[in-house]
Amino acid sequence: MTKITMTVNGKTVSGDVEGRTLLVDFLRNDLRLTGTHVGCDTSQCGACTVHVDGVAVKSCTMFAAEADGADVATIEGQAAPDGTLNAIQAAFQEHHGLQCGFCTPGMVMAAADLLKNNPKPTEAEVRHHLEGNICRCTGYHNIVKAILAASGQDVSQLAAE
Amino acid sequence: MYNFDFEKPTTIADAVAALASDEAQALGGGQTLIPTMKQRLASPAKLVSLTGIAEMKGVCQNDDGSLTIGGATTHATVAAQAGAYPALAALAAGIGDPAVRNRGTIGGSVANNDPAACYPSAVLASGATVITNTREISADDFFQGMFTTALEEGEIITGLRFPVPQAANYQKFEQPASRFAMVGVFVAKFADGVRVAVTGASEDGVFRWSEAETALADNFSPDALNGLAVSSVGMISDLHGSAEYRAHLIGVMTKRAVAACS
Repeated sequence: MTKITMTVNGKTVSGDVEGRTLLVDFLRNDLRLTGTHVGCDTSQCGACTVHVDGVAVKSCTMFAAEADGADVATIEGQAAPDGTLNAIQAAFQEHHGLQCGFCTPGMVMAAADLLKNNPKPTEAEVRHHLEGNICRCTGYHNIVKAILAASGQDVSQLAAE
Repeated sequence: MYNFDFEKPTTIADAVAALASDEAQALGGGQTLIPTMKQRLASPAKLVSLTGIAEMKGVCQNDDGSLTIGGATTHATVAAQAGAYPALAALAAGIGDPAVRNRGTIGGSVANNDPAACYPSAVLASGATVITNTREISADDFFQGMFTTALEEGEIITGLRFPVPQAANYQKFEQPASRFAMVGVFVAKFADGVRVAVTGASEDGVFRWSEAETALADNFSPDALNGLAVSSVGMISDLHGSAEYRAHLIGVMTKRAVAACS
């Protein structure tokens, strides 16, 4: 076992992990942060997307020990401490950007990664950025719409789906 | 997956020492190795992470104009920082998806030599040099067949040096589910000739299409490729495309790459 320490959503956390412990398993099983989902477990679907040192990664395809000393952000840290949703989360709610909700944590984290680097993306750029995030309800139109709305752009002309 | 010991050295020397033990395996960004281990197709006794070695990260331009890229540099960093070689930066920006590009590394991709990976075509078409902890290997000598390279046990790709061509372009026909190259063609035009490297198509991994290189050296235009055809013998045939289809695509993608250069 290896002792690791990292910052998760601003809080310092430690734990003992095996070499093979995946970051997503450390988050879910050790820290009980079950908002990060395991969809495919093969780095295809993006439900497990979190931020490590400010960039989006698939936490099912990164060992926990690789995040030793890192700054990790998960879906649990996106809303304000009083529960107020951030702009992306609020836009997903407003524009019905989720159906079953399973992919949503990964979608929100992927969207945050995009908007940090590209605050006013085009629709095409949003779709391109979501290449690694799969919504099995196929609710992509409203996900894209929600992300465009979260960026402060007018989405009233986008087709309702 | 089976358990293993994990080490994360911070210098190349320490990584080389850690890799000296039996059944030790270097870990780049893990975007191929971790899925492979989950399937129990690989079960190293020890993983030596190369992601904590600062001297293996980054892109820098040398005095002669060539680019040296550290082996542990992520695809996202190459996409953002290799602007002096636009075709290479564009190739890096098209690998996998954004999260994969934030973890996967150029050294890991080149060392793995997946027959459908993008980077080997850029390395071979550019006539790049693979720099390891012990020596420098020319691209023509490095790739030795599907998943096979000139690397010795425990040898680490610490960096790659790319001459920057006068013009270059990479065209990838994606396998629509995996986004790997069903056929990818990298064309690089230098003062003394043209190099064309093909990935995704051959059972021997990345290869140079020498007939196209000769034709393009005389006349660097898509028309120069009229009448040239790649034999389907030795091409990959699977449910995504037959050997004949892949062979045909090589011609199509090479023409597109040349057209995009000029």
